[in-house]
Amino acid sequence: MTSFTLNGKQVSVKTAPGTPLLWAIREHLKLTGTKYGCGAGLCGACTVHVDGKATLACHTEVAAVAGKRVVTIEGLSPDSSHPLQKAWIVEQVPQCGYCQSGQIMKAAELLAINPKPRRADIVRHMNGNICRCGTYTRIIAAIERAAREG
Amino acid sequence: MTRITSHGPEVSRRSFLAGVGGLTFSIAFLGDGAPALNAAGKGDMGVTAWVRIGADNVVTIFNPSAEMGQGSMTALPLIVAEEMDADWARVRIEQSPVDARVYGNPQFFGHQMLTVGSRTVQGYYTGLRKAGAQVRKALLAAAAGHWKVPVSELRTEPNVVVHGPTKRRLTYGEIAAFAKMPAKLPEVAESDLKNPRDFRLIGNKAIGRADIPAKVNGTAIYGMDVHVPGMVYAVMSRAPVHGSRPQSSNAAAIKAVAGVVDVVTLNHGVVVVADTMEGALAARKKLMVEWSQGARAAGFQSEKDLDGYRHVMDSAAAGDPVTSKGNVKNAMAAAVRTYQADFYSDHAYHAQMEPLNAVAHVNAAGDGAEVWAGTQSLDGARMSAAKALGVGVDKITFHPCYLGGGFGRRSWSDYIEEAVLTSKAVRRPVKLVWTREDDVAYGAFRPMALQCLKAGVDAAGNVVAWEHCVVGDGRGLLTSGIQIPFYNVPNQNIELRGKSSGVRLKHWRAVGHGFNKFAIESMIDLIAADHKIDPVEYRRRLTRHSPRALKVIETAAAMAKWGTPRPAGRALGIAFTERSDSLSAGVAEVSVDRAKGRIRVHRFWASLDAGQVVQPGNAVAQMESGIVYGLSSMFSERITFENGRVQQSNFHDYEVMRMADAPEEIHVEIIRNNEPPAGIGETGVPIASGAVANAFFAVTGRQLRHMPFTPDRVLTVLKA
Repeated sequence: MTSFTLNGKQVSVKTAPGTPLLWAIREHLKLTGTKYGCGAGLCGACTVHVDGKATLACHTEVAAVAGKRVVTIEGLSPDSSHPLQKAWIVEQVPQCGYCQSGQIMKAAELLAINPKPRRADIVRHMNGNICRCGTYTRIIAAIERAAREG
Repeated sequence: MTRITSHGPEVSRRSFLAGVGGLTFSIAFLGDGAPALNAAGKGDMGVTAWVRIGADNVVTIFNPSAEMGQGSMTALPLIVAEEMDADWARVRIEQSPVDARVYGNPQFFGHQMLTVGSRTVQGYYTGLRKAGAQVRKALLAAAAGHWKVPVSELRTEPNVVVHGPTKRRLTYGEIAAFAKMPAKLPEVAESDLKNPRDFRLIGNKAIGRADIPAKVNGTAIYGMDVHVPGMVYAVMSRAPVHGSRPQSSNAAAIKAVAGVVDVVTLNHGVVVVADTMEGALAARKKLMVEWSQGARAAGFQSEKDLDGYRHVMDSAAAGDPVTSKGNVKNAMAAAVRTYQADFYSDHAYHAQMEPLNAVAHVNAAGDGAEVWAGTQSLDGARMSAAKALGVGVDKITFHPCYLGGGFGRRSWSDYIEEAVLTSKAVRRPVKLVWTREDDVAYGAFRPMALQCLKAGVDAAGNVVAWEHCVVGDGRGLLTSGIQIPFYNVPNQNIELRGKSSGVRLKHWRAVGHGFNKFAIESMIDLIAADHKIDPVEYRRRLTRHSPRALKVIETAAAMAKWGTPRPAGRALGIAFTERSDSLSAGVAEVSVDRAKGRIRVHRFWASLDAGQVVQPGNAVAQMESGIVYGLSSMFSERITFENGRVQQSNFHDYEVMRMADAPEEIHVEIIRNNEPPAGIGETGVPIASGAVANAFFAVTGRQLRHMPFTPDRVLTVLKA
């Protein structure tokens, strides 16, 4: 049994040793906004925050987050009001949308540490997150908008 | 710039049977695509429907298509809303029931509910306009009866009928509360449809996509996200070589593992079912399967076989004609100059972000099931589930989910059948998940191909003879895009020569257009360069009899400021395509790192003529998407087989384009006209491949003739 804080609530989950945080969040706790894309830390679809740091949930054991604060896309804001979520809508970023939770969570980490990122900062920070629909130019535009408009 | 906000239609997946009263309009498409209409009376909610108007003034419009990011769940209801003069802010979109008799695409033989080939908007457009106009006409008639005034004195504003002389108003909801519909709805003529210049919704750039708000907060439900009480998890070991069968396995030992529910052997593999996802994955690692030998694909060596395609070309056997026009033999003999070039392309994998999956719950008696999945083939998936279970299609309740990408892969129902058969065996709800590695290993790929092109040119520099033969496996998968209907070439022989491989092949975004236009557009630039004619000018000549084609070429060239100097080391390349009745030209600005063999696309400009565009903002997004998808396939995407086994496994060795390699700028210009709508979602792919190939040629003076343009291939060409 592992206990941690998930989107501000105390949760406990019983999984086999070595189980990735991804399955605990998605299948045990049924918060499905965090996605399975590759299971190998290659695509970023499973990005969540652990104590504020963007973390690949497919590559993190549940045991490693014991006592820590985990935030998923569902906990980023209570009402889609995070500047990135608003900018994502204005820029009409998502297409299939499957990667976008991970994209937004990764971008949220960037703005938390660098509120006014340059384009090169954005590309460097976001390059681990694949979008197969190819929405990259819109992701950049949305991050720049969120940084500008707050 | 137009600012799009989250204000828009509510999206509901609730069954329309749970409606709140009001009017339900049922429109059944007939063979000719014209809607046959009838109305269900007030409160009669048991009829399948396109539109329901609630007494609360909410207009519910049903979407019959799959939503995989291409936006048709917004575009189709928007067409209905336009003609019925609905207030878009009061529209609610619901997924239609899966019933092809009512909701099928009239453009397809058999009217399937099939979201493929960029055919959705163009297939439904006229029928849905008529459906919307009919609803409006019925509302006007009801209001006229209520007020006892002639219909001619009435007009509509969004969700309101207005009586001009007295300025009285009735909302659609108020009408729905009292109206009794006639048994037969009014006829709709062409003249009842709006003049496109009066459109408020169609073509409105400020209208965003209805699915986007749910895709920024994690609430959009994909097949992977479905949870059903009592659900167990399944992962499968599939045949490593397509066509081989499980002969024996250590299933008994696996069944004894704690948490394992069952081990189920299917025709093409063995399924491990466990209480948890992690349990299923752990148990599968211990599963050992003995596979049958001798499958046809077992000897398939993709690289060696691709080299062998040249022998197929050189053999005496005739190909299957695709296009035969004029007399190529004579024209080629009379040509002043001839050109010949071979182009190669490798297999490509869809790499949709959501690996395949489905949830199935076969009932205790085994004679019916509920199924949840994202699929491009809505009624096909339902039929496949029924067939797998050996029951009538009416025994399957199918719940369509959002698709985390389709790109052609999700029009097969193999993953849905696996879930149904597994649930049938264990009699519990089953979530069957393909890992990424499963999705690659048991993929269904865009086929590799050899393109052999030959062209004859007259003294004036015009192409007078054209031969194009594509060699490979996959029949129609190879010939899409092989024709040159907009190029004025009097003598053409275009043909296919097949060579079976035994591996799984499938439609892939734009199907054969990606590699065919790469070859065709490269050939055009080869000829133009040899004549020292500018590539844009040469395409002007080739399309001078087709004003629409000429216009997309000139528009893209103007966007890119073709002919003006570029930053040092950069050059432009252009390509033209037709796809699903749309026309497009793309210009890529490229530089080449000659030490590393890497090509960089800095900027990309694209023009699009897709007739009447329903959602221009989304059309731009679809073009951007197609361009990135096409560029990705040009640079790194490559599936190879050894002894019939796929050699790649995940995103480390099947690399798709990432942000750092995407163009810094993509510009799309839509050419506005009121021609019938054409497909958009795939059109960016072929212009990307051709434009990059030609830009490389412009930078280096050499042609790359094997896609993808991996660094080793680039270096080889540069050193040659």
